[in-house]
Amino acid sequence: MSPAEMIRLTALEMAEHLRAGTFTSVELTRAHFERINQVDGTADEGVHAFLHLNQDEALAVAAEVDAIRTAGGPEADELHPLAGVPIAIKDNIVTIGQPTTAASKILEGWMPPYDATVVRTIRAAKLPILGKTNLDEFAMGSTTEYSAYGVTRNPWDLNRAPGGSGGGSAAAVGAFMAPLALGSDTGGSIREPAAFTGTVGTKPTYGSVSRYGLIAMASSLDQIGPVTRTTADAAALHELIAGHDPKDSTSLHTQWNTLLEATTDQDLSGVRIGVLEEFQGPGFSAEIWEKFQETLDLLRDAGAEVTTVDCPHIPYALHAYYLIVPSEVSSNLARFDGIRYGNRVVPDGGGTVAEVMAATRAAGFGDEAKRRIMLGTFALSAGYVDAYYGTAQRVRTLVIQDLKHAFEHVDVLISPTTPTVAVKLGDQLEEPLSMYLNDVVTIPANLAGIPAISIPGGTAEHDMPVGLHIQGPAKSDATVYRVASAIEALIEAEQGKPFYDRAPEVPQVQGARS
Amino acid sequence: MSDLTRDQLTHLAQLAHVNLTEEELDRMSGEVSKILDSVAKVQEVDTKHVMPTSHPIALTNVYRDDVVGPVLSQHEALTGAPEVEAGQFKVPAILHAEGDR
Repeated sequence: MSPAEMIRLTALEMAEHLRAGTFTSVELTRAHFERINQVDGTADEGVHAFLHLNQDEALAVAAEVDAIRTAGGPEADELHPLAGVPIAIKDNIVTIGQPTTAASKILEGWMPPYDATVVRTIRAAKLPILGKTNLDEFAMGSTTEYSAYGVTRNPWDLNRAPGGSGGGSAAAVGAFMAPLALGSDTGGSIREPAAFTGTVGTKPTYGSVSRYGLIAMASSLDQIGPVTRTTADAAALHELIAGHDPKDSTSLHTQWNTLLEATTDQDLSGVRIGVLEEFQGPGFSAEIWEKFQETLDLLRDAGAEVTTVDCPHIPYALHAYYLIVPSEVSSNLARFDGIRYGNRVVPDGGGTVAEVMAATRAAGFGDEAKRRIMLGTFALSAGYVDAYYGTAQRVRTLVIQDLKHAFEHVDVLISPTTPTVAVKLGDQLEEPLSMYLNDVVTIPANLAGIPAISIPGGTAEHDMPVGLHIQGPAKSDATVYRVASAIEALIEAEQGKPFYDRAPEVPQVQGARS
Repeated sequence: MSDLTRDQLTHLAQLAHVNLTEEELDRMSGEVSKILDSVAKVQEVDTKHVMPTSHPIALTNVYRDDVVGPVLSQHEALTGAPEVEAGQFKVPAILHAEGDR
C-alpha cells in the first residue's frame, strides 16, 4: 500500500493492517511525516497545524512496536490494539522531551519535567507521538488566531480558520497528517474545530479523562478528549485515555470500556432525539439550518423519535460561561509569574519581584489572555463578585437543571455544532464578542459536565463542512457514541462515501519544512 | 450599566500583576466594557433561591492514602527556572533597597 493510501485509512483500519502485517508502524509513521512535510508548512504558508515535530522519538517507538510484533509471543499479544498508530498532541498537554508552550510566549521553549497522565498512557500503549499541535494561547479562543506562533489554516480552505482553540489538532487530522489527536475542551475547543474541519471530536463527561498535566484554563470546565475522522476512532481513543487517576481529584471511578462496542450498534429505532426549542432557526446560517432539517428527516426515516424540548435558561449559558471562564482564568494564570518556570522579563534597571512579575506577564501574555484576566479580576473583585461570578454560578445551576429535565424525555439532544461555517481568517480578530458566539451550542455541555460530540453533518455555505452536535446526560458517553455512529453511517450511506473523502486536496507547500 | 473606566482597569491590572500600556488601557477598557455589558445579562435571571454550582459532577471528600508517591527531584524542579542559585529558585528582591528610586 502506498504512503498516500495509508494515511487516508481510519485509525482502526491502520491498527488492523499493522496486526495483519500489510505495512509496519515505521512505514505508517514515516508516511505521516511525509504528509506533514508536504502540506503543513510554516506560520506563513500551508496548514501550520504543528508547533513541534517529534520525528526521532516517534520513529523509535514505531520501530519498537514493529520489533515486538516481529518477535511474536506474549509481548506481541499484549500490545494495545492501537499500538503503532501515530497521534498528535495539543500543545497545552505536557510532554517530557518536547517543548510545551500552550501557544504562549510566556512558555516559549519550556521543557516540562513530567508527562501528563494521558501522555503516559499513550506512551505505555506505544502510540508514536508525531508532535505538538497549535492552539489559541492557553486554549482561549475559537479560531486558533490567538496563538503566539501564528495561525493554523483550515485544510478545506486555507483562507479560513480551523476553529479553536484546538485548530491544530483538528486540522492535522482533517488534512491526514495524523489519524488521531488529543484536544482539550472548555467551551467547545474540541467540537467547534471538528465542525469547521469536517472531523470528529468528543468532549467526554467531566472526570472521564485525567487532566493531570493539562495546563489549566478553567478548571471546572476543562476536559481532554479525542480528535479523529470517525466516531469509532474517537471511541477507541477515548477508551484508551479514560479512567480514574488519583492525580486528578475530579477524576471519576466509572468504567469506560463499552464506548467502542457502542459504535457497532447502528439501530436508531425508538431512540428519543430532542431538538432544543431555544436553538431553533434564527442564529444558524440558512444553509446550516436546512442541512440540519435534512438530517432530522434521515433520523425519522431510520425510526428515531424526534421531539422538541424546552431549556429556558440555555440562552443565558453563554453569558454565564464568559463570566465563569475569565474568573477561573484569572486565578489559573496567576501561576505564570516568571519565578519557577517560563520566561522572566526584568524592567530596565531591575525591579522588585512584583515589578518583574508585572513586566513578565505584560510581555508574555497576548491580547485575549489579558482581556480575560482583566474580566476575571473584575468579576471576582470585592463588591462585584456576587453580582457577576456568583450570579453566573447560580445560572449554571439552572442550566444543569434544565438539561436534567430534558434528559427525562429524550436520550440525546442534537443540533448543528456552530451557527456558521468556518470564518475567514481575520474576520473575528477585532471583535472578541462575535467570536464568543461561535460557542453558543457547545458551552452548555461544559457547564453541565455532560458528554458531547461533533460529527460531520454535510456541507453548507462555500462547500465548507458543518458539524452535528450530539449530547447526552452525564456518564452516557456510550449512548452518545452509539447515536453519533448511527447518524454517521446514515450520512455515509446517503453520500456513498465517508465524509473525510469529500475534503478537497490540500495544496502542497513550496519549500520543505525545516 | 457596567462601563469599566480606564482608572478601574488600571487598578485591575495592578491587582493582576500585568503592566498594560497606555494603548492597551485605552483599547481594553472599551473591549472589556462591551463584554461586561453582554455577560451582565445573567442578572436578568431570577436566581434568588438558587444554589451556585462550582463543580458540574458533585464529588465529596476525595482523599488519597497518606503515602509518598514519586516526586520531582530538586534538579528536575529547577530545570525550567529562569534563574537558579545554589540549587534554589532565585527570586528578585521583594522590596526596593533603601535609597533606591
